[in-house]
Amino acid sequence: MGQKNNKKMETLKLKDNSAYRTSKDKVFLVGVIIVSIITISPIVLIIGKLVWEGIGQINFSFFTETTPSTFEAMTAVANNEVIPGGIVNGILGTLLIVGLASVIAIPIGILVGLFLYENQQSRYAGLIRSLSDILQGVPSIVLGLIAYLWVVKNIVHGYSALAGSVALAIMMLPLIIRSTEETMKMIPETLKEAALALGVPYYKVIARVLIPSGFSGLATGILLSVSRILGETAPLMLTTLGNPMVNWDITAPTSAVPLLIWNFYNDPNMLSLIWSSSLFLMGFVLTLNIISKRIVAKI
Amino acid sequence: MKSDTITRYILFISSLVVLLVSAGMVFSLVGDAVPVFEKFGWRFIISTDWNPTEGRESYGALPFIAGTLSTSLLALLICLPMAFATSLFIAEYFRTSYVSSVLGTMVDLLAGVPSIVYGLWGFYTLRPVIVSLGLDAQGYGIFTAGLILAIMIIPYATSISSQIIAMVPTELKEAAYSLGATRYEVIKYVVLPNARSGIVASFILAFGRALGETMAVTMLIGNTNIIPTGLFSTGNSMASVIANQFGEADGLKMSALIAIGLLLFVITGIINALGKMVIKRMSR
Repeated sequence: MGQKNNKKMETLKLKDNSAYRTSKDKVFLVGVIIVSIITISPIVLIIGKLVWEGIGQINFSFFTETTPSTFEAMTAVANNEVIPGGIVNGILGTLLIVGLASVIAIPIGILVGLFLYENQQSRYAGLIRSLSDILQGVPSIVLGLIAYLWVVKNIVHGYSALAGSVALAIMMLPLIIRSTEETMKMIPETLKEAALALGVPYYKVIARVLIPSGFSGLATGILLSVSRILGETAPLMLTTLGNPMVNWDITAPTSAVPLLIWNFYNDPNMLSLIWSSSLFLMGFVLTLNIISKRIVAKI
Repeated sequence: MKSDTITRYILFISSLVVLLVSAGMVFSLVGDAVPVFEKFGWRFIISTDWNPTEGRESYGALPFIAGTLSTSLLALLICLPMAFATSLFIAEYFRTSYVSSVLGTMVDLLAGVPSIVYGLWGFYTLRPVIVSLGLDAQGYGIFTAGLILAIMIIPYATSISSQIIAMVPTELKEAAYSLGATRYEVIKYVVLPNARSGIVASFILAFGRALGETMAVTMLIGNTNIIPTGLFSTGNSMASVIANQFGEADGLKMSALIAIGLLLFVITGIINALGKMVIKRMSR
């Protein structure tokens, strides 16, 4: 196309094709708009489906009782009743696993981010930065395998919440490192220099100047990384296994909301619980997402 | 002075965690994959035979490699026009308007949907649609899995592409407009050539995401250990075979699954490194 046009120009046989060109322009614009609308339609359809199918199951016992047995669910379905019980073991399990993962990943992530910020140019920091990029790309199921090999096989000798937390912590780590470094880069150098010029020891500069002034950036990074790991299923299948009871022991098998969804999906009697649990999970993840966006907007 | 040294040491030691985790990961995966590579050698990668029966065990990963690559490539193909149009919508046509920020937020929300919810939606909404359209009797297979994967990776491709497109200098575009170019021509002759490598990188990174997706693919690909023969053929991907067969695995089979994990790790590593390299070269 480009070359043809050029040739035409050279021979100066210019025709007035502006009508063709403007209509082509219009058609392209309409195409872009239509395809964009198609692209975002799944999110509307997904949320719509979850609300439509799931809202009926969400009641008080959904948040206070553990999962019903297959038999209980079967009799309820046979009698056209709402399935009894809830997913409190999954909710508390998710909180335990994600909380533990955060306790592991957030301090290390922030420290590594500070290290990278302090040593921008050094070769070693470049290596760490690349490694953290590679870690970010590792599929979550591979992290599940790793946590299985490390924790399940060699430390706890059994499926455990801790193993799941390790897998999820490795997932969070690169996100927090990256967001900490980016946030620190945005803080004016002069703030830090002013503190150092007053003779403030370096750890106090970090605790009193860098972290407070970059707080919203750090919080956004943390919230986004938590919302990223909340819905992870695959690594938990290989590490925490699941548990029909509420469990607070980090060395015992534990359930999580995504794991319960997977169980419900495989059990024809529990079908209607799938949607309410997914709705809950989705609502949780999206709320975190939106809060973190709000924080960004406020800066 | 002394506390400064301690602080620096603490920062340095924490950076070692990243080093140790990465090295330990490679070490563990390789270490546990050795038995299967010792027994089957290269046949593990090129054989199509997957038979866990005791005594006649034989493990070949080719069907899973083929399944992963075909679903991801299909996803990339579908994602290409959609992510491209969406990023033009956000970063070029409606740049500073309210519509564009709404659209951008919705694309971001797509990235927040958990993989298992995509799988459920694909299973209960997309699959019946494919069946009722008469495309396939069961609705499982490469096409359904690829379609869901495409929706999952669109936000990754779109967010980078739209940032790159928004970075194209306004002066260049204005120069083209002043010569009488239409908007389409500006996009084709000014925006695209300037943003090309960034857009390519965004699609490479999105492809890397598609390779490792587990749950949604597992629920839709059909889980048969064969090399897919067509668009609607069933198959199995590397990630889903690990997820499906991990529960009853031990000994050599476990080693085979870990070896598949190692392959997946290497392939995604290469793809991601490629994408990062393109981005780095561009920013220079």
